[in-house]
Amino acid sequence: MSQIKGVWIERSYELCSGCRRCEIACSLYHEGKIWPEASRIRIFMFVPGVEIPHLCFQCEDYPCVKACPADALSVNSQTGAVKVNSSKCNGCGLCIDACPGKVPHMHPEKNHITICDLCNGNPKCVEACQEGGWNALKLTSRKIGFSYRASAKTPEQLTIEVAKKLFGEETAKEVWK
Amino acid sequence: MRGYSEKFLEIDLSEENVKEVRFSDNILRNYIGGRGLAAKILWDRLGRRWEEIDPLGQENILLVLTGPLTGYFPGAKVCISGKSPQSNGVIGSTVAGEFGVDLKCAGYDGLIIAGKAEKPSYIFICDSQVEIKDATPIWGKKARETLRFLVKKSINDIRAAMPNYGEVKEPSILYVGPAGENMTRVAAVLTKYTHGAGYGGYGGVMGAKNLKAIVAKGFGPLPEVYDKEKVIELFKEFSEKNFGMERFRRWGTGKAGYSVGAETSSEPIRNWQEEWHNEESFRGEEFDKYWVKKYWGDFGCPITCLKIAVLKNEKFKGAMCDNPDYELEAYLGTNLGIFNPKDNIYLSYVINELGLCGIQGGAVLGLAAELYEKGILGKEEFDGIEPKWGNTEAFAALAEKMAYRQGIGDVLAEGVYRAARKIGEMKKIDVSKYAVHEKGVAIGAHGVRSGRDYVTNISYACSVQAGDHTSVAMIPLDHGDSELQTIMHDSAVYCFFNAFKLEDVEIFRFYEAVTGWKLSKEEWYGEKALRILHLQRAMLLLGGPDIRWKPKVDDDNPPRFWEPLPTGPYKGKTLDRKIFEQDRLEYYRLVGWDENGVPRPEILRALGLHDVEAKLREADLIN
Repeated sequence: MSQIKGVWIERSYELCSGCRRCEIACSLYHEGKIWPEASRIRIFMFVPGVEIPHLCFQCEDYPCVKACPADALSVNSQTGAVKVNSSKCNGCGLCIDACPGKVPHMHPEKNHITICDLCNGNPKCVEACQEGGWNALKLTSRKIGFSYRASAKTPEQLTIEVAKKLFGEETAKEVWK
Repeated sequence: MRGYSEKFLEIDLSEENVKEVRFSDNILRNYIGGRGLAAKILWDRLGRRWEEIDPLGQENILLVLTGPLTGYFPGAKVCISGKSPQSNGVIGSTVAGEFGVDLKCAGYDGLIIAGKAEKPSYIFICDSQVEIKDATPIWGKKARETLRFLVKKSINDIRAAMPNYGEVKEPSILYVGPAGENMTRVAAVLTKYTHGAGYGGYGGVMGAKNLKAIVAKGFGPLPEVYDKEKVIELFKEFSEKNFGMERFRRWGTGKAGYSVGAETSSEPIRNWQEEWHNEESFRGEEFDKYWVKKYWGDFGCPITCLKIAVLKNEKFKGAMCDNPDYELEAYLGTNLGIFNPKDNIYLSYVINELGLCGIQGGAVLGLAAELYEKGILGKEEFDGIEPKWGNTEAFAALAEKMAYRQGIGDVLAEGVYRAARKIGEMKKIDVSKYAVHEKGVAIGAHGVRSGRDYVTNISYACSVQAGDHTSVAMIPLDHGDSELQTIMHDSAVYCFFNAFKLEDVEIFRFYEAVTGWKLSKEEWYGEKALRILHLQRAMLLLGGPDIRWKPKVDDDNPPRFWEPLPTGPYKGKTLDRKIFEQDRLEYYRLVGWDENGVPRPEILRALGLHDVEAKLREADLIN
């Protein structure tokens, strides 16, 4: 697959305030409701103080798209986002297994997967984070030759990393071992 | 009815029975949710026998209630209530966090918890699945361990039920530490870290029910609102205003540990003996050095006033807490003669781990230190601990004894007022003048003597939540800090910090956009807020079984507040008894209480509270 242009959401986990206004903005935009579980960005808080905004990392090789047996996932060539064709998706979950960060999750009510679609290039979550000056999420343009896949991690992996940075090695172990 | 899930869960721990209950539109319109609805539910279920109900017995009811604005209004909270083991009345004790949002997303507006579990238990709610689970593995465990266990266990349980969902987010959790388990009267209901519903003492009520925690996870959306566009518009407008709270966003309440002492002379120091200090070491900038996160907040909050402090390389390595916020700076700092951030952070961490309320627990430690200073209690009575001003490790050791009710800790666990009574009996000397409380509730860290803080001479004395500094009596009744406005915040259930910059009518507009129900100033201040106030007042006056407050006589400031300030720019200043009595009488008149502070029969009747009138007559409060 050729390198796709478009945008990327940069995350600075230590700056996340845990306000979850990104979840509100995302679910309002995509579902017309305040619905944290249906939000395409989810804040994981296995440890209070270590809030992890978790959303699609847009790997350059899109393993989720390759893994889909139903041809339900495609890449938007303008934005670089993964597009879910919900009528084709059968909810098999193979894209979750293929994702190095285990990002995709089922829609809480319907039988299809949900993945961040970058709101067509103007992500509402970034807007919500920026208007409050938290800067945990920033919009950047996709760089050629950079491995986005390498940054893709599970909520648990990120929790451990960020907890160590914020609290120090020993305390991190105590709060999440 | 919009903004509500329309269902409440009633859980009887003795019978291990769970059922759904509903309230009529009429009840929800009048009592809103949270604190207001708590007063109504408690009155209906326990009112007739109020004086006989032991707050720490199994007949008490624990309420966990959201409000119609929870999750929509910026800054979500949840309200905990029941018969208070501190005031013996009803306190709507709110705590920020995601619990209320998760509960509503699971389909419930609140929980009504009765009875007592046979063995240590926790309640697990995941959408319509409700279970009472075994808490034996975490009984006796402190905050960090409890939370770690419950997060891991719950995620695994949810994942097992829905294996193809993808990564499962943690549920929201309310829990108690050892202080709650051991039924102290100074235990908070905790959520996250250093988030506590402390006023009221409901941690002890959970302990009395053998209830270690409540876990809630909701996969659904928040309920539909009446006018979505309007709600979004107002959410933006209110958020915009609150983004403008520069100082508050940057410092939270963390600058007050210095300024309330140095500038307004209203900070408790050494058990309120003084209210002025000028310790530069306690400036916000000195706390800032320990902050690893400068903006920490809860669901929907534009302010994120909390900060996370961690001691990484210090004597108390591994200690972690919020800012500490102002109340903790005062009660676990200045009021114990501690004036450095490091010790204050450590003590805040210890208190949270034990599940104590920083204010109530801190106040008893202050009392203990003064009794030690005065030679009323000696080292041997403290089992070798020396609670001298500034001796942080001694206070930490004493807090541990209190949470586990060991030795003198068993007496201190009764809270500042009851502990003073017990010590007085033990020593045959009246030490009540050292107990700074209002009707059994230790008073928030804002003194009234200098006249420079937001509170006034009647703020605590006439409040139906007594020492609660977030719910104070004010004239005029529609004043921004007035208890009647607080009743709205606590009943619609959102963080009142997010209402600092708003007019009451703006909040009513938001309420209407969510629920579809109009609410005018006249209706609120002239009827609905008063109905809730009178109900709370009636139950506070009925009290029992161990304490019954005297109308008027006990509507007073603690003895210490009548002593002149000994130091600082307001040295010599104190309250004036005559002015206080006039103001108190005027407040009684404005809210509809008689000259003794008892709700007037004709007012009760006009508000449809005929049964309250009958009960107050039966108790000889109305003659």
